[in-house]
Amino acid sequence: MTPPFAVIAVLTIAAAVAAMTLRNLVHSALAIAVAFIGLAATYLQLNAQFVGLTQILVYVGAVAILIVFAILLTRGGEAPEKSVFSLSWIWGVLVTLAVFATLVWAIKHSFVVERETSVTAPEANVQQIGQALMTRFVLPLEVIGLLLTAALVGAVIIAMKEESVKAKIEDGRSKMDEPANPSSILHPPSSRGGQR
Amino acid sequence: MDQIFVALKHWLLGQLATILPAWLLPVVSALMSIAAIIGVFATLFAIMTILERKGLGRIQNRYGPNRVGPFGFLQPAADGIKAIIKEDVVPRAADKVVHFLAPVVLVIPALLVYSVLPIGRNMVAIDLDAGLLFFFAVGAASELAVFMAGWSSRNKYALLGAMRAVAQMVSYEIPLILSTISVVMITGTLSPVKIVEAQSTHAGLLPDWFVFTPWGFAGFILFMISANAEANRSPFDLPEGESELVAGYFTEYSGFKFALFFLAEYLGLFAVSGLGITLFLGGWNSPFAALDFVPSWAWFFAKLLGLIVLFIWTRGTLPRLRVDQLMNFAWKFMIPMVLINLVAAAAWHYVGGGFARWFVSGAIVLGSYLLLGRGLFHGKGITKRTYRYAE
Repeated sequence: MTPPFAVIAVLTIAAAVAAMTLRNLVHSALAIAVAFIGLAATYLQLNAQFVGLTQILVYVGAVAILIVFAILLTRGGEAPEKSVFSLSWIWGVLVTLAVFATLVWAIKHSFVVERETSVTAPEANVQQIGQALMTRFVLPLEVIGLLLTAALVGAVIIAMKEESVKAKIEDGRSKMDEPANPSSILHPPSSRGGQR
Repeated sequence: MDQIFVALKHWLLGQLATILPAWLLPVVSALMSIAAIIGVFATLFAIMTILERKGLGRIQNRYGPNRVGPFGFLQPAADGIKAIIKEDVVPRAADKVVHFLAPVVLVIPALLVYSVLPIGRNMVAIDLDAGLLFFFAVGAASELAVFMAGWSSRNKYALLGAMRAVAQMVSYEIPLILSTISVVMITGTLSPVKIVEAQSTHAGLLPDWFVFTPWGFAGFILFMISANAEANRSPFDLPEGESELVAGYFTEYSGFKFALFFLAEYLGLFAVSGLGITLFLGGWNSPFAALDFVPSWAWFFAKLLGLIVLFIWTRGTLPRLRVDQLMNFAWKFMIPMVLINLVAAAAWHYVGGGFARWFVSGAIVLGSYLLLGRGLFHGKGITKRTYRYAE
């Protein structure tokens, strides 16, 4: 474990813990943005430039912003009165530990661990990633693109105002309520000249 | 002359190598690059503030600042001193930590993006393979800082300004990034240094800059409009519209923190202009082969000053958009145009040399522009505005 990795790991874990324990939701969202940056730094440290920079672009630039917007649009962003800790967390911790133990066991017994020692780290620059995406993985890429477009169209349809009877009633009402010309602001000049 | 700063840095490092231990030298080298970037662009910030106030004054038929120093050119120094000695007011209801962190978080990405900009031959702090991606990734972090500033102030104007700013920056980031993709498609690299090298040749009278191709010209204009919106400058200055929101997300900041917001805004503007120069205007290349004796960094800064004047001119000329106009413009005009521009760039690449590719690529850009413009105006009942005056 190198010193930079240790610093990044401590920062990331601290930010993740803060995101879980802080009482103010917006503070939690900002803490999780720091955790995202820490993850990106880990990728960059592993020489995965493209993944690291994309992590920042997507997670800090878009996902964190989305979380913050969701918090602001749904509730006031006020801190809850009582602590967020509850007894049901114990079960959550147990489940988490079980999942983590399974993962550790699976990785320890994986054949990748034995293979890793002899192979040198693969070189993957942006050009190679692009070529792989455009040749070998072009079908998955297109499928994901189609899926995301469908999700986008669906979101727009859900958010779209319905042009139905309701809208027409509203329209008519607004027309009825339309005030006449403002009469009382400026009096017409009288015959004697000047204004009353 | 061209390599004077590079040579100076190497000489200084050579001198320091005799005194300092070897492991410290890369750190010192990095610090020297950082100091140069901060010094040069902070000075440019000072020059731009006075230029902008003078220029706007000229456009609005009044004198600009003209009291401090000759023709008022020492005004930035006076403003800086004023910002430092002013009281730093923090609202009682504000979220103190986030309120303090926001300007710091805003300035850091604004400075970080300069590390990949080639401001002269061999003058780039880090020659990253994915430099363009780095630029946009780091730039995206500034949106969070704007939100932090607006939210932590506990002020409805600040919050509204922040929401507007974030919505606007997220919307215009898409055309900003997509308009640069056409350059990446043609050059086949994400490294700003290699993109500049690809534009260093001359073809006949004109240099091989990408702005002199149909897709490059359209891309440059779309890029500059998006850059204007990303920098929250007029006519896209809704997040800080004075007549609506006092000052938007930095309403509750005073003293030097306010100056930091100002600094970050202008640094972001210079950085994105520098990127526009790198991608479309040939970077540090000279326009004519006969002018190659002028140092490369001088060309970069001459082009940068030109773009700055363009920004000031736009700000003094155009009125502010409404929110719905802003969003309609981004999603119904800008994004379709940048996508069509990608097709135009691909056509430029595949049609082959000569007049044919000019015709095909130009027809795609011009035709889509005309059709899209007509289509958006159709049915809106927008006619030439007539005025009736009282008799």
